[in-house]
Amino acid sequence: MAMFTLQINGKEYRADVAADTPVLWVLRDHLGLVGTKFGCGIAQCGACTILFEGNAVRSCVLPISAVKTSKITTIEGLSENGDHPLQIAWDEVDVPQCGYCQAGQIMTAAALLKRTPKPTVEEIDNAMHGNICRCGAYHRIREAVLSAAKKI
Amino acid sequence: MTGGGLLLRFSWFSAEAEIPAVMTKANFIGELGINSYLSIATDGTITIFSPNPELGQNIMTSFPMIVAEELDADWTKVKVVQAPLDTQKFERQLTGGSGAIPHSWKRLRTAGATARYLLMAAAANRWKVEPSECTASNGFVLHAKSGNKLGYGELADEASKIAVPAEVPLKSRKDFKIIGSSVRNVENKKIITGKGIFGLDFYREGMVLAMIQRPTAFGTKIKSVDASAAKAMPGIIDVVTFKNNVAIVGKSTWEIMKARKAVKIEYEKDGNIESTSDHDRLFVSLLNSDQAKVRRKDGDVETAFKNAAKIVKSEYQCPFIPHNPMEPMNFFADVRADGVELVGPTQTPASARTATAKLLNIPEDKITVTITRLGGGFGRRLKFDYVVEAAELSSIIKKPVKVIWSREDDMMGGSYRPAVRYRFEAALDEKGNMVGYKLRGVGINVNNSTREDNFPSGAVENLLIDSVEHISPITTGPWRAPVTNFLAYAEQSFLDEVAVAAGKDPVQFRLELLQKARMNSVGAIKYNIDRMETVIKQAAEKSGWGTKKGVSQGFSVYFSHASYVAQVCDVVMISGKPAVKKIVAVSDCGEVINKSGALQQVMGAIVDGYGHAMYGKLTFKDGVPGEKNFGEYRLIRMKEIPEIEAHFIDNGIDPTGLGEPALPPTGGAVANAIFKATGIRLKNQPFIDQPLYNSAKKGF
Ligand code: FES
Ligand code: FES
Repeated sequence: MAMFTLQINGKEYRADVAADTPVLWVLRDHLGLVGTKFGCGIAQCGACTILFEGNAVRSCVLPISAVKTSKITTIEGLSENGDHPLQIAWDEVDVPQCGYCQAGQIMTAAALLKRTPKPTVEEIDNAMHGNICRCGAYHRIREAVLSAAKKI
Repeated sequence: MTGGGLLLRFSWFSAEAEIPAVMTKANFIGELGINSYLSIATDGTITIFSPNPELGQNIMTSFPMIVAEELDADWTKVKVVQAPLDTQKFERQLTGGSGAIPHSWKRLRTAGATARYLLMAAAANRWKVEPSECTASNGFVLHAKSGNKLGYGELADEASKIAVPAEVPLKSRKDFKIIGSSVRNVENKKIITGKGIFGLDFYREGMVLAMIQRPTAFGTKIKSVDASAAKAMPGIIDVVTFKNNVAIVGKSTWEIMKARKAVKIEYEKDGNIESTSDHDRLFVSLLNSDQAKVRRKDGDVETAFKNAAKIVKSEYQCPFIPHNPMEPMNFFADVRADGVELVGPTQTPASARTATAKLLNIPEDKITVTITRLGGGFGRRLKFDYVVEAAELSSIIKKPVKVIWSREDDMMGGSYRPAVRYRFEAALDEKGNMVGYKLRGVGINVNNSTREDNFPSGAVENLLIDSVEHISPITTGPWRAPVTNFLAYAEQSFLDEVAVAAGKDPVQFRLELLQKARMNSVGAIKYNIDRMETVIKQAAEKSGWGTKKGVSQGFSVYFSHASYVAQVCDVVMISGKPAVKKIVAVSDCGEVINKSGALQQVMGAIVDGYGHAMYGKLTFKDGVPGEKNFGEYRLIRMKEIPEIEAHFIDNGIDPTGLGEPALPPTGGAVANAIFKATGIRLKNQPFIDQPLYNSAKKGF
């Protein structure tokens, strides 16, 4: 066990955990940030996606020891009032079915729009392909990303 | 609502239409908390308790919409709260079978209309005018003559003192404002900001976490357990063995996951140990069994086949598939001397409680069940093994515990869509009429793998439908659109084969059969011929059936869960491979409550049906599932989805469910289009394993 200091959503958090603990479980079990979801644990579904220095990263395979001083953003910190253009689009397009995958979808899309503010459908599909939505809400996910991109 | 207001008690689910009774302030205080009420607070806020588990079918939005419609409520002031399990107040508090909307339609409307009636009566009293001179709109009662206007909140207290009428008029559908519109999911905000609303997010001060190692092979049991190393690992509280479970109890998920690997368990045989290759052999022998149970028999099939001008015969097979809801199984249980608390995602809270009561040998009223939002269900959470297991563990360790399943546990833990094989035979006369039809279903742990009264039953003079079952230790259970999720594909593909053999257009062929059922029906008909005919014709029209150049189209239609859905799939050839471009669906589920939700259900079901037909399979080697996580188990992803166009029949018939009915027809429409494009008939799922696709297998 060791004490780690983390920069998450603009705040400083401390966690006393083993060095190999994935950030996903630090967030969920130790810091009470449960918006980041567990889906597979092996970097295959995208449910656990967070922003790591602005890049979409699978937190289920990111050991806390690798974080160091890097800045992390989770769904809880994507915007102050839930009004990031993607969050607004997600509501307007009425994307969620069960909703479980959606935090990961939004975080992946957030990284995409940061990199590529006006993505083509193909670019969206490529970026979002790693995120599984078991409910099959893919059409609306795509539509919501396009709609958010228009407003950014 | 502590400051008074209207509290209307109504039954969402009781079998006899119960007359709603207004609760006065005095007697509702005792009832406040868990209830099935619609309440209107003095500030105008309307609270509606939603009893059914929400797993993405959007019931938390569509139920209140129905109430709000008849109430003429201001939708922005409606709050929806998930009710906990309460068998006194709710009946059928479960999610499954696409059954909630048809069951509750009239009751919900009556509840809303009754509240509106009372509010209007209260306003009329206040203004000393006739109620018939008043109207209600968007949360207000209005009196046109005097220009008076009062909000529901201001009237709620007075309304609660008025006697409830035995009957209230319901709106005519032309006056619907909310029903039929697009209303967004009431929990969107929580979902997109990452609020902890799912079972896995549940936290209780003092609780411990646990993961359970269950036998990895079906048909085995524990022989010995050595947990000494695991017990000594950091964060581990205990390792306990019960039944065939070894539970690793600890403080954090990661520590438990690590310790779990250090537990040494030996298993021994405890039943049949089966592999997929055994099932393949079994299917062949059972298709020829003389033990099949007859499900339906019309006319004389033997003679019909003997005299046939042509016989078409074909077999279709599907593998086991897991449900794979995105949120793996989990449940919180706190078993104390004074009672039991259960919290988590379940489609069937009442059965879970009954089973827990039985296991712990305590009365049911000592157990509370709180229903969280479900991160998907697809039928998996109709089973309550994971609830009872959590309760048992809590009773052993005497601690509140949340049991978490890993994805591997979830995928290997059983309760799959059963593997099934079908054999179809059709006898045609000289003119290409289908005069004989045989279907035999062989299912693993499915008592009846057929739906004997479905189309084309009723349209064929000589028909025999029977089924055989093999009992396996591999556990199975309902999977979204049970049985029909595969049967529809097989049947609709076979009918396509018959149409081709008869030299008929597949749409025309189905319409002819329906016409026959209408004019000259054979035996009982349990589907509505007109409704089926309408979706067929509409789907043909909307999809431009047979008119598109360079596009191969496949047709499919199915009646399930009381709704009718026809689909046309468009396939084009791209570098020698068929590409599924588009699926057009026409659904008749009666009145569409929420346009946005209905579109979601149809599109989601098509993606689900297509995705699993294309990629889904769970194989077994010596009782052990060969696919354990999303690395080996392929689910459809964004790049693979076709364009989907969904239409609804606007007929005003009382609504039926939509969580399932759009899934069954999809596989058939796709397979038939692929046949049209390639001449190759896909008879086994998943399609990706068929020779046609073999080279495209890699690289998702
Ligand atoms: S949980 Fe991390 S990718 Fe699935
Ligand atoms: S909305 Fe259910 S998994 Fe995506």
